[in-house]
Order: sequence, then structure tokens, then C-alpha cells
Amino acid sequence: MASEPAQGTASACVDSYGSAIGMPQLCAEWIPNQVFWLVVTLVAIYFILTRMALPRISGILAERAGNITNDLAAAEMLRDKALAAEAAYDKALADARAEAARIIAATRDELQTKLDAELARADAQIAERTAESERRLAEIRDSALASVTEVAREAASDIASLFGASVDRATVEAAVAERMKG
Amino acid sequence: MAEGTDDAGGLVFHPLDQVIIRPLFGDGPVYWYTPTNATLWMALAVLSIYLLLVVGTQGRSIVPTRVQSVAEMLYGLVYKMVEDVTGHEGVKYFPYVLTLFLFILFANLLGLIPFSFTATSHIGVTAVLGFGVFIAITALGFILNGPAFLSMFWMKSAPLFLRPVIAIIEVISYFVRPVSHSIRLAGNVTAGHAVLKVFAAFAAVAALSPVSVLAMVAIYGLEVLVAGIQAYVFTILTCVYLRDAVHPHH
Repeated sequence: MASEPAQGTASACVDSYGSAIGMPQLCAEWIPNQVFWLVVTLVAIYFILTRMALPRISGILAERAGNITNDLAAAEMLRDKALAAEAAYDKALADARAEAARIIAATRDELQTKLDAELARADAQIAERTAESERRLAEIRDSALASVTEVAREAASDIASLFGASVDRATVEAAVAERMKG
Repeated sequence: MAEGTDDAGGLVFHPLDQVIIRPLFGDGPVYWYTPTNATLWMALAVLSIYLLLVVGTQGRSIVPTRVQSVAEMLYGLVYKMVEDVTGHEGVKYFPYVLTLFLFILFANLLGLIPFSFTATSHIGVTAVLGFGVFIAITALGFILNGPAFLSMFWMKSAPLFLRPVIAIIEVISYFVRPVSHSIRLAGNVTAGHAVLKVFAAFAAVAALSPVSVLAMVAIYGLEVLVAGIQAYVFTILTCVYLRDAVHPHH
């Protein structure tokens, strides 16, 4: 570019070799052109921004902020729900424990009552059997005693007759009774 | 870049040839309406802005794509700057500030493409920007506050006998604002590009070329930084001036 040969229209700011004379930024010849195109550019950017870009971006940002707020609210609600569920679960668990304890106690009482009744019945039976046995023992003993007295009397009469003495029945009975007492 | 060696007399630098305005079509004189290389690169800046901010956000995704998140970041950066500096009343001027920011940023960055043209290296451009901001803000100050806008030069917190002196200094500094505002931008951009050209010319000398190429890489990186920073500085100063118009009693 810079080394191109002289162009037909070297201006006040460009020498015949196409290079800048002094500072091209200060070249008055070019300033109206710059100003004009700058204003066009700025107006174009301004309209692009205000008509298209800014509403869209602020919409996106607002939507995102709204979404975040909603999500946070939803999360809070879910947490509350979870806490409520946990409380309900704890309560159900405690209820179940209490119910189980109650059932255990009731069952134990019932069994105890039954056991007591059975024990009482068994005791009664045992007592009855004992009384029966005692009665029969007493019978046996009495009959045995009677037999012994009878045998003793007969033996005493027989022994007395062997010795040749005649003993009357009354005497023998008295004597046996006398001995049996001792 | 054929600078370096066009004459037999060794190195010849033309570091400012890159900012010469040329008609796009033909060789005729440059009238105010002639489409020039400046027109082309400003149009490319408009196109880039359109691609980034309009085409890039077409998806309207809640989870942004890469281009969309860049667009949102630029929007957020400038919006927050306007809101932080000028307060809530200044937010309605946000589109104007964003227009300035995006134009300067894209003109600077596109100007870094080799063989391109940097619109913001011209005082003609930056002065329109700087004086445009100055005139708009001064007018806005009077429209919003009436004559009370002038109270901004009258420091109520200063001792009484100092107030006239301070007022004179304040008025001078107020009128210097557009000058510094526009020269800062053009100066920074031009200086960087001129330095790049000078190093590029040195690259033609075999002994110096490695150093020169490395230096160009380094300075190019620096220039990318400067392109962003100058756009940011121009914008934030605009916001600061705007705050004076919106709240003159600081």
C-alpha cells in the first residue's frame, strides 16, 4: 500500500507516494466524512440495541431471575413437604410402637389371667385328690386296725384255749383293747 | 506491511499510513458522503454488534450459550456501571452509554486485525464522541435541573473565600473534559498502533527481526488490553459526567 506509486489524486494529507503527511488523524479534509459515517454508525447501533438487543437480553435476564425465584420457591415447598412427611412418619412410628406395647401388655395380662385360672383349677384338683386319698388312707387304716383287733382277739382266745383256760369273750375283748391302747 | 524498505536509504517508517482514509470505490476525492475504509470498518463494527447481541441471543436460552453469555456479560457490565455510578435515575440513559461502549470496544478490537482500519484512532471520530457526550450532558443538566445545574461549580463545602477560585477551576476543568475525553481515546489507540508499525518495520532488518517480532506479540497483547480498557474508561467517564447532570449537588 505504502509503496504504491503516486496516485492521481494525492490530497492535502497524502503525498505523491501515497504516504501520510503529518498526522492523518488531523487532516481536515477527511473529518466531515468521518463525522457523517460515525453518526450513521451510532444511530444504527442505537436502533439495533433499543429495537432488538436490549429488550431481548433484559427479557432473558428477567426470565432467568423469575425462573430462579420460582425454582427456589418450589424447592422450599418441597422441603416443607419432606419435613411434614418426616414428621408424619415419626408420628406413625411412635403410634405403632405405642400400639405394639399396648398389645403386648394386653396379651400378657390375658395370659396371666388364664394362667392364674388354670393354676387355681389345678390347685383345686390337687386338693380334691389329696382329700380323697386321705379319706381312703383313713379307711384302709381303720379297716386294718379292725382286722388287727379281730386277729388279736382270735389269737388271744386261741392262745388261752391252748393253755386250757376258758376265757369268755368279754374278758378277751377288754384285754385286747387294753393292749391296743398302749 | 511494506513500509521498511521503499527507498534505497535504509529504514523508512510510515507508522501512520494505516490511518489514511481512502475511498472504497475508485480514487476520487473524499467528500463527506463518500463510502471509505472508515465506513467499511464502522459497518463491520455494527455487524459484529448485531451478530453478538442479536443473533447471539436468538436462542433466548435460560442456560446461555457461549455467545449469549458474552452478550449478557457486556450488558450486565455496562448496566451495572451506569447504575452504580449514576444511581437509579441514570438507568434510562443506559442504551446511549451502551451504544458508546460497544462502538468504541468493537472499533478498537476490529482495528487490531492486521490490515484493518481503526476508526477510533481519528480525532474526528473521538472528538464527535467526546463533544457529543459533553454537549448532551450539559444540555441534560440544564433540562433536568434548570439554572441549579450551575451550583455544581459552587462548592458549598469549601470556605467562602475559596469558592470563587474553586468555581473558576471547576469551570475550566469542566470545559477541558471533552478534550481529554476524546484525545485520551484517540491517543492511546494511535500510539499503540504506531508502535506496532514501527516494530513491524524493524522486522525487515534480519538482525533485529526476532526481537521485533517478539515485541510485536507482546505489544499486540497489550493493545488488546488497551482496546478494552479505553472503551471501559470512556464509558465510565461518561457515566461520571452523567452523574453530574443527574445529581449536580454532590
